[in-house]
Amino acid sequence: MSTLLPTDATSSVAELLTPRKMDHLRALEAESIFILREAVAEFARPVMLYSIGKDSSVMLRLAQKAFYPGKIPFPLLHIDTSYKFPEMISFRDNYAKEIGADLIVHRNEKAIADGANPHDLGTQNCCGLLKTRALLDGLEAGGFDAAFGGARRDEEKSRAKERVYSFRDGNGQWDPKNQRPELWQIYNSRLRKGESIRVFPLSNWTELDIWLYLYTEQIPIVPLYFAREREAVIRAGQITLTYPETRLLPGEKIETVMCRMRSLGCMPCTGAIRSEADTLEKIIAELISFRRSERENRAIDHDEEGSMETKKREGYF
Amino acid sequence: MATASAVTDFRAFLDSHLDRELLRFTTAGSVDDGKSTLIGRLLHDTKSVYEDQLASVAKSRVNRAGSGRVDLSLLTDGLRAEREQGITIDVAYRYFATAKRKFIIADTPGHEQYTRNMATGASTADVAIVLVDGSKGILPQSRRHSFIASLLGIPHVVAAVNKMDLVGYDEAKFRAIEADFRTLAKRLGLRSVQIIPVSALEGDNVVTASANMPWYTGPTLLDYLETVPLREHVADQPLRFPVQLVVRPDRTFRGFAGQVASGIVRAGQHVVALPSGRRTQVKRIVTWDGDLKAAGPGESVTLELADEIDLSRGEMLISPDAHSNSVPTVSTAFGAKVVWMHEEPLEVGKTYLLKQTSRVVRAEVKRISYRVDVNSLEHLDATELKMNDIAEVEFETNLPLFFDAYRENRVTGAAILIDPLSNATVGALMIDRAVSTATRSDLPALLAAAHIDLAERLREMLAAAGHRAVVLHGFSPEEVPVAVRALQLAGVLAIVAGAVEGATVLNASDDAGLIAALAEMGVTV
Ligand SMILES: Nc1nc2c(ncn2[C@@H]2O[C@H](COP(=O)(O)OP(=O)(O)OP(=O)(O)O)[C@@H](O)[C@H]2O)c(=O)[nH]1
Ligand SMILES: [Mg+2]
Repeated sequence: MSTLLPTDATSSVAELLTPRKMDHLRALEAESIFILREAVAEFARPVMLYSIGKDSSVMLRLAQKAFYPGKIPFPLLHIDTSYKFPEMISFRDNYAKEIGADLIVHRNEKAIADGANPHDLGTQNCCGLLKTRALLDGLEAGGFDAAFGGARRDEEKSRAKERVYSFRDGNGQWDPKNQRPELWQIYNSRLRKGESIRVFPLSNWTELDIWLYLYTEQIPIVPLYFAREREAVIRAGQITLTYPETRLLPGEKIETVMCRMRSLGCMPCTGAIRSEADTLEKIIAELISFRRSERENRAIDHDEEGSMETKKREGYF
Repeated sequence: MATASAVTDFRAFLDSHLDRELLRFTTAGSVDDGKSTLIGRLLHDTKSVYEDQLASVAKSRVNRAGSGRVDLSLLTDGLRAEREQGITIDVAYRYFATAKRKFIIADTPGHEQYTRNMATGASTADVAIVLVDGSKGILPQSRRHSFIASLLGIPHVVAAVNKMDLVGYDEAKFRAIEADFRTLAKRLGLRSVQIIPVSALEGDNVVTASANMPWYTGPTLLDYLETVPLREHVADQPLRFPVQLVVRPDRTFRGFAGQVASGIVRAGQHVVALPSGRRTQVKRIVTWDGDLKAAGPGESVTLELADEIDLSRGEMLISPDAHSNSVPTVSTAFGAKVVWMHEEPLEVGKTYLLKQTSRVVRAEVKRISYRVDVNSLEHLDATELKMNDIAEVEFETNLPLFFDAYRENRVTGAAILIDPLSNATVGALMIDRAVSTATRSDLPALLAAAHIDLAERLREMLAAAGHRAVVLHGFSPEEVPVAVRALQLAGVLAIVAGAVEGATVLNASDDAGLIAALAEMGVTV
């Protein structure tokens, strides 16, 4: 049978016959694109939860790739707790504009007006109001039946248990003991009214994969990830960046620290790490040498054993 | 700025990291055989566990490892209920890399009640590690999981005979289990089997070779995982490109997005669309990173075609090579191995939703051919299937499926069943073969019309009479039989303009003449 080969004189026969090698990043990329397309094809109203962090940056690039040459066929939803770093907010607004994405920002305005903060409420309650509640409300307001999230299974042990399609009941809650079987790459997107599914295209990526991909793809990220001298206080052993409006606790002194963020969350609850890594190359080199996990500097994960599981059950990402 | 040598070092480092292949493996075996402990040991000894994670496991209230040891199973048993009950309930995914490969681990539960979660973890694996407790030998659940691993077509199976410390690292004990496992593997038709004596608790033969078992000279578990050949043959298979999504940003572009299930698609090649049977050429293979000349198995791409043909999600592009297996089976009736995964039994006569690649159809259970006794592998009669039952079942669907036998193609031969009321995923299907349906009209598969206008008129008349028919355009004579076969299986009649082997050429000057000519062939319109 004649397979008609293009008559491009510059391309060698070998090149025509052989597809690209599937190294692990290509394999992960292809799997994520498959997942994004599958969800867009089957759900009525998907949305992407955009957290402005490095994982979101990768997920956004994958979405650009999945629907190219078309545009991203769903809006981005950012849950703004009002405690996000100013650098995150300006990055978010600029980047969404640059790539022409449709950005929705949702906040629990009532809780913010009531002065919800982690010092008085504790991190669990504060997260519950400003993140989980806001997220559930934001999803409901938009009538979204599927939400893409950038969570990875290697982040935390309860996440390691989660499906790519994570089913949520009418209250947005996760039942880890009763998950739908998920065989091969055949995803079940069937829902009843009010139910929804969180879709995790980056499930199988590790932190190192994310950085390698950011590097090879030259994807823009929030400058806070790169080391430089920053003003901070040392609070409960954690390097907490300070801004003009930061509320200092008694006895705290602002100092200048050479540091960067490994993971981005809310200002009061996310610590920086001491680091000189001011380029992606250096960050990757540093990552290989790390002996401690990326979420160690996130207060919310450490309130008690299994606290992430509790939050996830309640509807947190 | 970094020095020149630092930059080359980084490049070399990066290249080595980027170049690694991905291997997916799963654990399997009976409850408490030590699967999670083994994975914990593998992660620990390859230095893949962060200090704070290890510290949090070390201070856990639960510990079944005893005598001051860290209970490594807690590294994967991440749910509160799992730690409380001391068993794995759902699959945990863990990740690690060595200089040679990058690994995705699915640590699955051994408890029979959670067999569906085991199947979830095992469905995508390249390697299954079946654990056998060295002090107990092969248990019914070890057999069940080995059977499921064989059904799921996992290319390589390694039996890890664990807890060798409990039997004094005794060679005779190991050899007896080894012989039993070889017998089982043979009966299941497992092709690639390796058997390794280990102690997950003490670390023997997991990452480091055991000093306690000098009589064993084979590879450690990690050696094995780093070197077992990964399947590459899917590229030699015929092309299967299930369409996931039509990408149509504006009027100038219409592309078909999907992941290559098998084979290679090349720019410029001829393809046939199923079920329409329309033939066209791949104009471009479009990606954000630029057009490709070729794309192989697993690649997610968007194909732009040379002609405006009718094609949408749930349909498929194949290559019209004249090889016998180049066309998938197209049928509304087929037999499949079923792993039933729900408390509510599978019933004959009930209709479920069936999803295969990107295609969703309704599937009625026609018959349970037999149920398999997982211990004896005997075929038993059955009228319904209970949770965890494995059986051969015949289905009939409302629309045709395009499939290959699962043992030949793990993508196009796989399907799930969904309960249309509860929406629960209730069954996993591995398709074996088409079965013939009771009644089919006796239409000839192919009609030839003297010229193209007549062919089109013929199609209209057939359509009006309720027959599905298409006019084949642009096929070379040697390709026509392949397309006709595909269409025939889909219950679609093929019409060509001009003479073709095996068909009488219809010629008539008006509709009445056509009707008469058709009637002569036994076709009423
Ligand atoms: N002596 C000994 N005990 C072991 C070994 N491996 C595991 N164990 C113990 O066996 C028990 C069960 O181990 P797990 O790793 O939880 O078993 P599992 O196969 O993951 O169990 P499920 O996931 O619930 O099916 C624990 O008490 C372990 O400490 C071993 O090599 N030697
Ligand atoms: Mg376990």
